[in-house]
Amino acid sequence: MTLTQPELVPFEQALTRYEPVMGLEVHVELNTATKMFCGCPTTFGGEPNTHVCPVCLGLPGSLPVVNGKAVESAIRIGLALNCEIAEWCRFARKNYFYPDMPKNFQTSQYDEPIAFDGWTEVEVDGETYRIEIERAHMEEDTGKSTHVGGATGRIHGAEHSLLDYNRAGIPLIEIVTKPIFVPGGKAPAVARAYVQQLRDLMLALDVSDVRMDQGSLRADVNLSLRPHGVTTLGTRSETKNVNSFRSVERAVRYEVSRHAGILDSGQRVVQETRHFHEDTGTTSPGREKSDAEDYRYFPEPDLAPVAPSREWVEELRATLPEPPAERRRRLQAEWGFSDLEMRDTVGAGALDLVASTIASGASPQAARKWWLSELARRANEQGVELSALAITPAQVARIQALVDEGKINDKLARQVFDGVLAGEGEPDEVVEKRGLAVVSDEGALSEAVDRAIAANPDVAEKIRGGKVQAAGALIGAVMKEMRGQADAGRVRELIVEKLS
Amino acid sequence: MGGTTDLAELTGAELADALAAGETTSVEATRACLDRIEALDGTLGSFLHVDAEGALAAAAEADERRSAASPASPLDGVPVAVKDLLCTVGQPTTAGSRILEGWVPPYDATVVTRLRRAGLPILGKTNLDEFAMGSSTEHSAYGPTRNPWDTERTPGGSGGGSAAAVAARLAPLAIGTDTGGSIRQPGALTGTVGVKPTYGGVSRYGIVAMASSLDQAGPVTRTVLDAALLHEVIGGHDPLDSTSIDAPVPPVVEAARRGDVAGLRIGVVKELGGEGFQSGVQARFEESVQLLTEAGATVVEVSCPSFAHALAAYYLVMPSEVSSNLARFDAMRYGLRVFPEGVDDPSAEQVMAATRDAGFGDEVKRRIILGTYALSSGYYDAYYGSAQKVRALVARDFGRAFEQADVLVSPTAPTTAFRMGEKLDDPLAMYLQDVATIPANLAGVPGLSLPAGLAEDGLPVGVQFLAPLQADDRLYNAAAALERLLLEKWGGPLLAPSATEEVSA
Ligand SMILES: [Zn+2]
Repeated sequence: MTLTQPELVPFEQALTRYEPVMGLEVHVELNTATKMFCGCPTTFGGEPNTHVCPVCLGLPGSLPVVNGKAVESAIRIGLALNCEIAEWCRFARKNYFYPDMPKNFQTSQYDEPIAFDGWTEVEVDGETYRIEIERAHMEEDTGKSTHVGGATGRIHGAEHSLLDYNRAGIPLIEIVTKPIFVPGGKAPAVARAYVQQLRDLMLALDVSDVRMDQGSLRADVNLSLRPHGVTTLGTRSETKNVNSFRSVERAVRYEVSRHAGILDSGQRVVQETRHFHEDTGTTSPGREKSDAEDYRYFPEPDLAPVAPSREWVEELRATLPEPPAERRRRLQAEWGFSDLEMRDTVGAGALDLVASTIASGASPQAARKWWLSELARRANEQGVELSALAITPAQVARIQALVDEGKINDKLARQVFDGVLAGEGEPDEVVEKRGLAVVSDEGALSEAVDRAIAANPDVAEKIRGGKVQAAGALIGAVMKEMRGQADAGRVRELIVEKLS
Repeated sequence: MGGTTDLAELTGAELADALAAGETTSVEATRACLDRIEALDGTLGSFLHVDAEGALAAAAEADERRSAASPASPLDGVPVAVKDLLCTVGQPTTAGSRILEGWVPPYDATVVTRLRRAGLPILGKTNLDEFAMGSSTEHSAYGPTRNPWDTERTPGGSGGGSAAAVAARLAPLAIGTDTGGSIRQPGALTGTVGVKPTYGGVSRYGIVAMASSLDQAGPVTRTVLDAALLHEVIGGHDPLDSTSIDAPVPPVVEAARRGDVAGLRIGVVKELGGEGFQSGVQARFEESVQLLTEAGATVVEVSCPSFAHALAAYYLVMPSEVSSNLARFDAMRYGLRVFPEGVDDPSAEQVMAATRDAGFGDEVKRRIILGTYALSSGYYDAYYGSAQKVRALVARDFGRAFEQADVLVSPTAPTTAFRMGEKLDDPLAMYLQDVATIPANLAGVPGLSLPAGLAEDGLPVGVQFLAPLQADDRLYNAAAALERLLLEKWGGPLLAPSATEEVSA
């Protein structure tokens, strides 16, 4: 029997009948120097199967040893998420067969996570939402399969598969929320804000590079719908490996629409994992969770329990960065941003970028202006996060400094951004190579002003008559002639001088 | 070759003394062992791989150190055989399974590293039940090992290869592993000394895992002192094994030299003997207890009621861990790879299934299936969970018993060596061979089996000593005392050379 595929229901329409309930599972790759259970390096991008040893290849007889630094990072993450830290916990084996798992079990944690029962708050459109954290646990990453041939790039239908175990055994922290109940319309934005905040937190803790493009932060979005007024939870789908903030938001929206369609047509939602497609913003079924999916968890007998002393936990608590909400309040006051300016900055995921740019010497308003206008536009065009743009806060600050020094103007600054983003070098080099410096040759400028006055006698007359604001038309004419490479302020001064 | 045969008769300690005195060389001693392997092992089948070249090269190096009067250890130059469950660079490691046929590990087990560092030439790799699963060494994919006392009988298992090799003087020393009795039961059935140290006392790194929470490597020798000397070489903390104990090796050699039971409290475990134990086994055991009493020990009877459930708990915990530990043998990275018949372009999953079907023997499959079932959702609490509770009870019983006694004693195995094939089709009868040895593995406590004479059928009997965690020295002290008393009584070693010469006939 084949069921007809129900129509998608538009998001807003779905919300009139259903309440979405989300759960987010975020995997964070830690930035420890070595793997979770062996001494192999964790550096990204080595030749396949060069960062391996008997342990992470799961050779017969090999045994794991816990990376103490990873435990430390896990505890700090747990504390930053207001979690309880277990006094005693164990690793467990999650048993299933897959070629990229060297031992055919993943060493993970099951019913004894290192951190549990926490919370964090995220802000969306000026509203604060509390997200309850169920647990944060330690585990090892799998290797990486590349399926060659076949249509889908998945194992089924592939002609052969290549296995790279460099990633096998890299420490991961999985952070799992409790069900998130927020007003339906806010769900996509809350999901995005939460993942964004986790990323900021990991950076502030310096426990991960959180490069979503390299998979060092991966989000799974669980979603179910229930009719308004119903208190039990509906059947959920698990959309795996959603790899950008924007995609998190889109995945929630899409799944709401899809579930609503299924429920409206009287069908049942299948509990399954789904894949998100960046290009179309849609999801497609992965494997169905069946009875066969029994991971046969049991405590890992090769590892001693982890029992962090309370003293150590308190020492680590003292190393925590400022909580995100407090930090936002402090920075807003320091920068003198309005509520709206601050909200936009946070919403664009630009808080840390703006902060770093200010730290590199730019004024708060200048830093905000570049990131939220010029650079936000480019990120949007490229379909990437702001942080993924090939420009650093220090470079942005330097470009602003060039403007402040009068070497370039805002218009030229945009061309400097082009150059830096195109990999032409540091801002000063781009100015040099592209010949972008403002014309400061007084003679040339003066002649251009004279020509503009001569060509626009009416305007000149108005200015002479005291209407100084009319100078804009003359300035425009001069800038046009100078192809933008003039200091508009100086042009104005010259005009006023000559006409007074 | 008479001279070299004599060398093979020496115990490890005697050979070490002869080497230290310059009366012989390691090369000669190693060659003597290799000659006997050549002559006898076609019948016995105790070795899966013999590394004559490597052993002789190591022996030559030992001789250089000896002649420079700077031996690497007291056992420098004394040859050793290693159970084929330990990874060895340059020698295949098969675990007695088809699935690892021809696999040569790129790394040494920590025990092997320590043997090499101490200068012991490694003669080769000894036979075992596949993945150490069995009590007769008949479950080896490469054919059974025969008992030197009667080649129609098994040497016990899983470490039948190491035990038979030592009993037949193919090697003075050997390494075994003991998950439920695989060192001690073959020791009893071949008239050799076998020790399972405290769990965590010897590194498991590089030992193909059967049941991680139970596995422990230990010495297989002909005397208590040899076992202690070997224990000292292989024991001690290993940072590569998280379950390894971070404490010095107990003073086992000193204890083995002392052998004084005056004032020692010896506990006879009520539940480990009597019904189900062969009368000749029970008789030799009682005589041993009598000898110890005469030497000044106090004998008390102790009761460990939960031991009645130990075998059942073991057959849940062990297969559960087996099912997970053996999952890695999937044809993807190493070992056997079998393509399913009649399937074009088989998937990875189909290759995994075909390989595991062809590569594992019946006993291994039986345990994988048992363990997979015991860990399944909905059954976990009833099986694995309950078994862990029994384990805690067994440990508690040991704790109480050791309040009343310094060491515990029992027969090692319920019977003497049984005929080949006798229990092959009756797994439960085979499992019962380990009824007296399993409690020590469940609780992690150390155990030692010492030859205690011959039963009515003329076959060796073992008596088992058990001690508290990390008190391995107590085993050596008590066993050394009994060993001396028995030698005095017999007027010489139980294992007379004549017993093994029949093998070659
Ligand atoms: Zn490694």
